[in-house]
Amino acid sequence: MALTWDSIQEGDALPELRKKPGVTQLVKYAAGGGDFNPLHHDYAFPQAKALGSIIVHGRFKYASLGELVSNWLGHAGRIRKLSCQYRGMDFPDKEFVLGGTVKRKWEENGEKLVEIELRAINEEGKDTTPGQAIVALLA
Amino acid sequence: MAEEFEITAKMKEQIGKKSPPWTFELTTTSVRGFARGVGYTDPVYFDVEAAKAAGYRNLPAPPTYLGTPVFIPGKSSDTFSGPIEGAPRVEHGLEGLLDGGTETEYFGDLCAGDTLTVVSKLAGLDVRESRSLGKMLISTTETTYTNQDGKVIAIQRGQAIFY
Repeated sequence: MALTWDSIQEGDALPELRKKPGVTQLVKYAAGGGDFNPLHHDYAFPQAKALGSIIVHGRFKYASLGELVSNWLGHAGRIRKLSCQYRGMDFPDKEFVLGGTVKRKWEENGEKLVEIELRAINEEGKDTTPGQAIVALLA
Repeated sequence: MAEEFEITAKMKEQIGKKSPPWTFELTTTSVRGFARGVGYTDPVYFDVEAAKAAGYRNLPAPPTYLGTPVFIPGKSSDTFSGPIEGAPRVEHGLEGLLDGGTETEYFGDLCAGDTLTVVSKLAGLDVRESRSLGKMLISTTETTYTNQDGKVIAIQRGQAIFY
């Protein structure tokens, strides 16, 4: 059954998405996204040395929040707006859990809209990438 | 780590300035490459038939795909792949760089086969202080994506943190 606006309730949780990107996954993301900042793949890069590690691309986490929303929508709707803030660094081979909660649903200009609060929780329980999505359901 | 940093009049002059337009094609191969990089398993981003069955013209761009640039030697940034003549930059002397946040608004479907023209502008500059990184310059860039029909299809706002 395709997701419908009527079936969505405020407070609903999106099915969580677990990610534990290793260096190889970050290299794939660099190639797919075009961001070859050595901070995300080269341990000898000065900024990585100073931090003690390479770090996960902020945009990888942003894209992962997009994947979470896309998986939930199942193409029964379209993302109108997606945002996040990068509040903390994530490191290779450390798991983070992407989650979302429906905050609001409303109709505007004939569109059936839903606002979702997003998060990416690291192994210490910290939300490194809080975000927000607004989606429009097709039905 | 910068103890002192301030936005100069010369830096402020850059606010509102726009990049030259930069046009690129949204291709099936780049959609698949991006989707693979993120780790998608949804066939809609890989298989054209699955995409059509889901109601798209062609493979749709996954959320946040915008910003995957076309690389042209000499014209593109070797690090970030986007045009060297991107959003106007300011001379600030800070060496550290972190991504602060990203927001994208979408005004329609983006699918393989589309041609996008991108214009970036420096939308704002701000100084903040962090305990671990000292004085930081926050630079906000606004990028507008216009498709082959002349419709603004997306606007992305990104914050870069220099420290």
